[in-house]
Amino acid sequence: MKKSALIPLGIFAVLVVFLAIGLSLKPREVPSPFIGKPVPEFSLPTLMTKGKSISPQALKGEVWMLNVFASWCVSCRAEHDVLTRFINSENVPVLGLNYKDEPKDAKEWLAALGNPYEHIAVDYKGQVGIDLGVYGVPETFVIDKKGIIRHKSTGPVSDETVRNDLLPLILKLREEKG
Amino acid sequence: MKRLLLVLTISILFFGSASIWAEAERVTFRNAQSEANYTALVNELRCLVCQNQTIADSDADLAKDLRAKVYQMVEDGQSQNEVIDYMTARYGDFVLYRPAFKMKTLLLWLGPVIFLLLALFLVVRWVRSQAAAAPAISLSKEEQDSVRDLLNKTP
Repeated sequence: MKKSALIPLGIFAVLVVFLAIGLSLKPREVPSPFIGKPVPEFSLPTLMTKGKSISPQALKGEVWMLNVFASWCVSCRAEHDVLTRFINSENVPVLGLNYKDEPKDAKEWLAALGNPYEHIAVDYKGQVGIDLGVYGVPETFVIDKKGIIRHKSTGPVSDETVRNDLLPLILKLREEKG
Repeated sequence: MKRLLLVLTISILFFGSASIWAEAERVTFRNAQSEANYTALVNELRCLVCQNQTIADSDADLAKDLRAKVYQMVEDGQSQNEVIDYMTARYGDFVLYRPAFKMKTLLLWLGPVIFLLLALFLVVRWVRSQAAAAPAISLSKEEQDSVRDLLNKTP
């Protein structure tokens, strides 16, 4: 067999390698520039108590999560059960950011599905969302005792992400000094 | 012919107005500079929901919010660079429709040039090897004469 007969096979092999790499990429998961940076300061009205406001300062010194959710978001419904179970079993304080939602709808949604959040901030216009670089709801941030964002996951939290990412990270961060 | 005209009219109506669909907010600017900055920026920033559109093209809610943010910032007198810095600090370099030229994106920018040069090099080499391999054609005196006769013959 002539050597040149192997050229198409070689080209094919290279193509396969590139396509395989392409398949394993996740273009929707844009790396967050926030990892390692302090959580942006904000002060927003709370959903449950009228006239009260909440800021990330309230959770300083704890390992906590910020979860962006909305009643109109189908994936939020999908992750709600998983998230609630995780929050309750590990006692993680979570600040829910109710993103571009009608407070009335949000309350009904939580009444029907359960409310795992320690605090809920209302971001009616999505301005804090922009400050947090939110581009797809739900998003979940893990913040350490010093108020530094250590992890961000975009899209619904699954049992797998809890087991592989969130739980080990939270346990590790709790060991760190505040 | 009539049909063709109809088809043409419909397509112009459809595609000609495509840019009006997105970016529907009617905004007024305090001056021309502000407007120029806004137009440049919304065509430079990527909508992260529909990733292959700029925020000017996209009709997604996030694109609307980002346009509103850009509008507010340019009206506050912030420069284009300040807005770009604000956005990249939150959404990363990915928000730039034209990626910045730096170490991480070197291959992205130079890749096509490298591939072009490589292809040129291979083609030149191939052509040369063909030329070398082809036997030189030589004609005898009689053959040259007959070729000249054929060419000079007037019909």
